[in-house]
Amino acid sequence: MKIKSTLENYIFVLPAVLIFSIFYIIPFIEVFRLSFFEWDGILPTQVFVGLGNFKEIILEDSNWWQAMRNAGYITLIALTFQNALAFLLAWACDREIRLKNFYRMIFFIPPVLSELVVGMAWRFIINDVDGANIVNRFLIGMGLPQLVHSWLSDPKTALTTVAIIHSWKGFGWGFLIFLAGLQTIPRELYEAAHVDGANAWQSFRKITIPLMVPVMVLVAILTVLGTMQAFVLIIGLVGGELAGHTSVPVLRILAAMRGSSRFGYACAQGITFGVVLIIISFIQYRFSRKYRQA
Amino acid sequence: MLKGHVKILAVICCLAVATLLSGCASKKETRKIITITIWHWMTDREPAFQELAKKYEAKTGVKVNFDLYAPSDAYTQKVRAAAQGQNLPDIFGILGEKRDFASFIKAGHILELTPYMEENNNCWKNSFFPKALEVNEFSQGNSYGVKPGIYGVPIDIMTIQMVYNKDLFKKLGLNPNRPPATFQELLDIGKKLKEANMQGLVSGWGELWMIDCLANNYAFNIMGKDKVLATIRGEVPYTDPDWIKVFALFKDLREAGVLATGIITMVNKTAEQLFANEKAVFAFNGSWCANVYKGMNPNLNYGVMLPPKASENYPMAIWGGAGSSFMVNAHSKNKEEVVKFLQWLSDSEQQAYLSEATNNLPANKNSVTKIPEILAGFARGMDFATHPNIWGVSEFPVVIEAFDKAIQSIILGEKTPEQVAAEVQRIKERELAKRRK
Repeated sequence: MKIKSTLENYIFVLPAVLIFSIFYIIPFIEVFRLSFFEWDGILPTQVFVGLGNFKEIILEDSNWWQAMRNAGYITLIALTFQNALAFLLAWACDREIRLKNFYRMIFFIPPVLSELVVGMAWRFIINDVDGANIVNRFLIGMGLPQLVHSWLSDPKTALTTVAIIHSWKGFGWGFLIFLAGLQTIPRELYEAAHVDGANAWQSFRKITIPLMVPVMVLVAILTVLGTMQAFVLIIGLVGGELAGHTSVPVLRILAAMRGSSRFGYACAQGITFGVVLIIISFIQYRFSRKYRQA
Repeated sequence: MLKGHVKILAVICCLAVATLLSGCASKKETRKIITITIWHWMTDREPAFQELAKKYEAKTGVKVNFDLYAPSDAYTQKVRAAAQGQNLPDIFGILGEKRDFASFIKAGHILELTPYMEENNNCWKNSFFPKALEVNEFSQGNSYGVKPGIYGVPIDIMTIQMVYNKDLFKKLGLNPNRPPATFQELLDIGKKLKEANMQGLVSGWGELWMIDCLANNYAFNIMGKDKVLATIRGEVPYTDPDWIKVFALFKDLREAGVLATGIITMVNKTAEQLFANEKAVFAFNGSWCANVYKGMNPNLNYGVMLPPKASENYPMAIWGGAGSSFMVNAHSKNKEEVVKFLQWLSDSEQQAYLSEATNNLPANKNSVTKIPEILAGFARGMDFATHPNIWGVSEFPVVIEAFDKAIQSIILGEKTPEQVAAEVQRIKERELAKRRK
């Protein structure tokens, strides 16, 4: 009877296990296996190179590490500027202000738009070519013609411009999560603090911030994972890597697969990138646990 | 009551039997219909292809499905995935380098067409422009290890040249019927462009291959084909003075103000829009642009020109040959029918229709009788055409990438020609060392 019941249970979970295996585990094992081979993606023959691909990535591929640095820079801007903006707007919308539902809806529009559409729309706004772009016109109108610039084609400003647009596109997710977190803080705490004579700033510092730390860590992890993997927006904005100045890891993986036809190398890059992301997430998780215990 | 039930049951049984029989009959009928499936990426040619498919079905009863997968990047991935899964359609095209084409052949995905081409005294083979066929051909002793033969059918031809806006030429005080013939003349126009605050050359240099194309054109012009191929074979370094001259041309273009602002982030579609909307004087583009410009601005007054030569040492070369080609799946169940269809599609009548409907140059030389002047201009460039796919050797992809990025760095003003030449050579040596291992 017990065996029958156990068997039944296994049968019930079997479809889920099968789907998970077919679409996640088997492809992952295959990617892991291919990372030890040199393969062009078409020929039936695959040449075993051992750790050669990983060695090349770590020791010889300066383009890869430049891409990692660029992704790190975009992530840093997202972690600071994007999340600070998201938090401030969520905090404002959590208070009794007029039209707060309207603002909630507006702030969530950029994240639901396609990255490619956002990239092309912003490209139009700061289009470099015909001198008619909105940002430069605005600067001229403001009497600041010295600030007129080719924002996307100048290597000095391209990555920062990409990072800011990425933050504009992504802050809505953080906004929603922060807002949900803020709404879970009991109002009684603020009322008690008010009775005890705390002003708004003290309530914010002593109640809101400490209780929001777990949410902040969650948003930070999601921001890192999302931003490090960004690439469609860059294609929409810059069209590619701008001589390496806007290259990011996923663009390098695509370049290995499509440009160089090196599937094995691309798989090794994917594994390396995955390991880096897992390490970052683990550090953030440990940090969050430590903070909670403290 | 019971009788009624029996009647209903009898009617249901009859209907079921009739349905089954009719199902069998129709199944038997459909089995006879041959369907050819073609995957392609050519958005602009889709309506013309559909029209031809209808025509072919009416003529032969063979159903032809043209399935469009665009953009070309997505198409490339689909074809590769299908090859890995042995799910390729009857006919498909390969976008990529000759090396990829060779891999498809060596993996057994592509049918050799030489016997069909040579039937009836080379009748089919002789109908094409030789350079169009060369792209689909592997010669004796090719470096890819592919059995010599013809493996694809060219559908159209293309050349990549420069175009210039005649009206803007007039505004600049230039003769609209005399485009610059030398590189120095082009640089001189840069001064006029600066004075008139006009944008000069636009091109899809955000997509690296177009930079590669122009740089190779000038490499042929400055050092000749043999030296370019010797470089690819690793016998001449990229630090050779001739290669530095090639890199320096891009520095000159930047300094003279010939290049449009933001050219290295520009995708070709944007470049086409700018040229079609008369916001740029020059464009570096393929012959397919005739159709694109016509759609964007039917009144655009422009001419075709070879990139102005930088040296008198060797003739100017441009990339050209088969624009798009179709290959037959070696595992297709209907190989003979598929080849017959391609013979029909590449016949002069269908080629003339395709050319007229899509403004592309036909691959069948018997169809080039009545084409617009702009297309004729591109067609004349075929005399100067070459293509990496017919060189017999391929540069390492990482070297091509480094080479193209090096030129981007020069245009950005970050590095000198000498610096980038050294960097490219370093990568070349690394790859050569790997190959020797």
